Order: sequence, then C-alpha cells, then structure tokens
Amino acid sequence: MTSTAVIFLIVTIVVVWGGLIASIVALRRRPEAEDLPEGGHDDDGVAPVVDSRES
Amino acid sequence: MAGSESTPSAGARRRPREQFSGQTAFILAAVGSAIGLGNIWRFPGVAYENGGGAFMVPYLIALLTAGIPILFLDYAVGHRFRGAPPQAFRRISRGLESLGWFQIGICIVIALYYTAVIAWAVSYFFFSFNFAWGDDPTGFFVGEYLQVGEPGFSLDFVPGVLIPLVAVWVVTIVILGAGVAKGIERANVVFIPLLVVTFTVLVVRALFLDGAADGLNALFTPDWSALTDANVWIAAYGQIFFSLSIAFGIMITYSSFRPRRSNMTGPGLVVAFANSSFEILAGIGVFATLGFLAFNEGVAIDQLENLTGVGLSFMTFPAVISEMPGGQLFGALFFGTLVLAGLTSLLSILQVVSSGFQEKFGWSPRASAVGIGSVSAVISIVLLGSTTGLIYLDTTDNWANNIGIVGSAVLMTVLLMWVLRRGKELQYHLNTVSTFQLGSWWRFCVGILAPVLLTYMLASRIVTLISEGYEGYPTWYLVTVGWGSVAFMVVLAVVMPMVRRHESVDGFVPWPEYPPKPQPTSAVKEARR
Repeated sequence: MTSTAVIFLIVTIVVVWGGLIASIVALRRRPEAEDLPEGGHDDDGVAPVVDSRES
Repeated sequence: MAGSESTPSAGARRRPREQFSGQTAFILAAVGSAIGLGNIWRFPGVAYENGGGAFMVPYLIALLTAGIPILFLDYAVGHRFRGAPPQAFRRISRGLESLGWFQIGICIVIALYYTAVIAWAVSYFFFSFNFAWGDDPTGFFVGEYLQVGEPGFSLDFVPGVLIPLVAVWVVTIVILGAGVAKGIERANVVFIPLLVVTFTVLVVRALFLDGAADGLNALFTPDWSALTDANVWIAAYGQIFFSLSIAFGIMITYSSFRPRRSNMTGPGLVVAFANSSFEILAGIGVFATLGFLAFNEGVAIDQLENLTGVGLSFMTFPAVISEMPGGQLFGALFFGTLVLAGLTSLLSILQVVSSGFQEKFGWSPRASAVGIGSVSAVISIVLLGSTTGLIYLDTTDNWANNIGIVGSAVLMTVLLMWVLRRGKELQYHLNTVSTFQLGSWWRFCVGILAPVLLTYMLASRIVTLISEGYEGYPTWYLVTVGWGSVAFMVVLAVVMPMVRRHESVDGFVPWPEYPPKPQPTSAVKEARR
C-alpha cells in the first residue's frame, strides 16, 4: 500500500472506531441521567413491565 | 365516522407498552436495524467513486451534521410521544398522523423487496458450496437463477426464488409475532454479535489475498478535487442518510419501546458510530477482495464493473469466490452475513408497520405480525417471486429511497421545526432524559441544514427521474411501479387518518412536562427527604 493510503486508512479507523469506543466508554461511565424530574414512571396510564435487569 | 375515535371505557383492559429489556438490548436492536445491506454493498462503492480517502471528510461531516441529528429527532419523537409514527405524530398534532402513515407506506414498499434480496442471499449461501454459478456468474444470476424477463408483470414464478422467499417470510413472521422483547430483541442479541464476528473473519481473510493492498490503495487514496464537487457531498449525505435507517419511522418506533426515564442520546451515539464502524470494515473487506479480483484478472481496479449493490453481491463476488483458495467457505460466510444484516433490518422495517396497525386498531403483537406479515408475504411473493422481480426491485428501491425517504425527511424536519415549532420541546426532552446534551447546534442541523440539503437532493432527483427516466425502463413501467409506489404511500397517508382509531390519543400526557415547571429548590428537596 502507498503511504498516503495507509495514512488515510489509519485516520479513518481512528476517527470512526475511536468514536465508537469513546461513545461506549462514556455510556458505561454514565449509563443514565441522574436528577430527572419527578414522574414518568407510568406509560400510557398503565404500569410498564419493569425488568429486573434495569434499575 | 371519518376521523372519529372511541374513548377508552373506564376500567378497560390495556396492554402495557412493549419494551426492550434494557439499554444494551435497545442498542443491539437499533444497530441491527442500521447495519443492513447498504453498509456492505453500498458504502464501499460509493466511497470509491466519490474521492476515496477524501470521501471520508464529507462522510464524517454528514454523519455529525445530518445523520446523528436526524437520528436524535427520530428518538425524540418516538420516545416522548410513545408510539410508531402514526400515533406519535398524532399526539404531536392531529394533522400529522398522515406523515406517520406515509412512513408506514415507505416501510411496506421496502419490506416487499428487501425480503427478496435476503432470499437470494440464502440461495447463494448454498450455491457457494459448489460454485453453482459456474464460469459466468452474471449470466447465471440474471438468466438461470432469476430468469429475468422484460419489464412488466408476470406470473411466471421462479421456484428457485420462490422457496427461499417463502422461508424468509415465515422466519420473519415468527420472530415478529413473538413480540419486541422475545422476538426482535432476542434475534438481534444473537444475530448482531454473530454478524460482527463472521464479518471480521471475512475481512481478515480478504486482507491476506494477493492484490488486497491494491484494493485498499484504490479505496483510501484521496482525490482532493472531489471535495469541490457538490455531487460528492450529496453522495456523502445520501450514504449517511440511507445507511442509518432514519426518517422513515424505524427509530421512532424503536425508541418508543424504551421506558420514559431512559437515556436516549448516549446510546444514540453508540448506534451511529457502530453503524459507520461496520461500514468502514465493509469497505476494507470489499476492496481487499476486489483488489484480488483485479490482480487475478490482470486489470486495474478502475476497470472492474459492478462495484455496488446487487451487481457487487451477486455478480462480482461470485466471480471472486470461484477464483479464491477456500472460496466455498468465504462465499458461505459472505452470503451468510448478507442474510443476517438484511434480516435484522427487515425485522425493524416490519415492526414499524406492525406497531402502526397495533396502535391504530388495538391488535395484539401476534395478530398484527401474522396479519400484516401474511398479506405482505403474498404481495411480495407475487411481485418478486416471478421473472420480473429484479426489475421491480431495482425500480421501487430507487423511488422508495430517493423520493419516499428523502421526502419524508423534508416533511418531518420542516413540519416539526418550522410549522409546529416543536424543536425546543424535543431538544428539552432529549436533554432531560439523556446524558449527552444537545445545544442549539442540533436545532440548526435539523431545522436548517438538513432540510436545505435534503430538499436539494429531492428536487434534483425528481428532475432527473422525470427528464431521463431510470435504467432505460419503459415510461409506463416507471409511472406504474416507481411513481406508483409513492402514490401508494400518499394514499395511505390520506386514507388511514380517516379510519377510526380504537382508542383516543386525547388523554396522552407527554413527560417530562414542557415548558418545565420551576423546580423546587434544593432546600425543599432536602426537607422532603
């Protein structure tokens, strides 16, 4: 491969895959927003099915 | 009783809204929807033809200024107004239900032919084991396999297509009928990791082929003059736009299956970057493979034909597979990944249709999946199981994407941001529930930049289609099938809002409240504890 093509391959991978890794890391550190306003527990007037995996 | 609704009777039994079981499941399902055939067969060729390495500049700008912002707009609508497009839009404004049905129409049109491509990939998965296409893959695909006839409508069924097509529909209906958590979610939790692992194996194998480096040179060497070409920018925005599954209801529907108190933009970024990451991976794999083909045939890459779409997958790739050591396995893996990528996207497309009808008529998920699925399956089998399937597919695909989806995006952004002026409310919603905060740049992208670019794309495409036609097909056929598909979406948009809903949307209260009430001070909060 030519050096120009290699540089572009690497830059593309760093930016796009880096973006993926950064967004996953950010989400793992802070999966949900805190300090939500009150309410929003019910859906369409019925209690939603709450899954135990989700706090 | 046009436009009327029944009010829910007191104590009537209501099903709780279906939900994904958690954030990871939602991300996998959304990624499964976004990663489709376009990532594998469209991105590599588009990037190559539009500046190679230099294409990455407009591509990334398009991702950040149109792809992610419109994805967030979809999320905001679905998550705040809790429904597939017709219900969510009707809760925003009564007249907007039409736009929701227009999007359902797009999904129906796409689902009918998308199934056929998956069916072909299923056939080719098996053909890989004995190189059934022989020495002339193109002739085999068009002639022996599809038995393509003249443009028109034919009831000459092709058994080789019919059988896998029926099988794909049966699998799809069974998964859809199992519901969001037990059907779509489980399928994606299995299929998406499998797809990524399989595809990675494929790409690594491709990198060790003779000529792979030439292929990557062709893909990544920048042609800077492309950056001053408006068409390259349009191609970048088009690629991002079609690849992310935005603006035709899928992300609206999926986000409505998240609880109200859920982070939306954080997972959205993961979905958007995962989709692009897979595209880059596909670009590397496809061009390494094309480099091998060029090397073997002793030609330059730019002399190869059929570098995108159906041609790349079913004409060019079989030729490479035959020439490759261990081609049987490579072929099976390639067509296997097409099936997985296609199926997870198809499920999301049909979930939009199924949910739209569930919410309108109060059907159960199973009844809706079986009802909608069976009717669609029959139409799909009649239109695509016969000798005119390929031409039908080529035509509706072009109209559904370039007119249907782009038109839907223009309408959605202009109506929400300008006519109804709900931009600040939707931004407030996302910022309140999410970790990644949107600034006024989001309203600029969704309210100004995207509608301007998309309107230009739409207008130029309409002019081209009217003045030049498409692929040399007869005008009567383009009017019937191409413009006819758009007419079908419009009819649905006009008629369906007039049909009685099983339940009024009047009692719906969006959460969080907007404009927000003044929050109690922290001292008051402390006192409450």
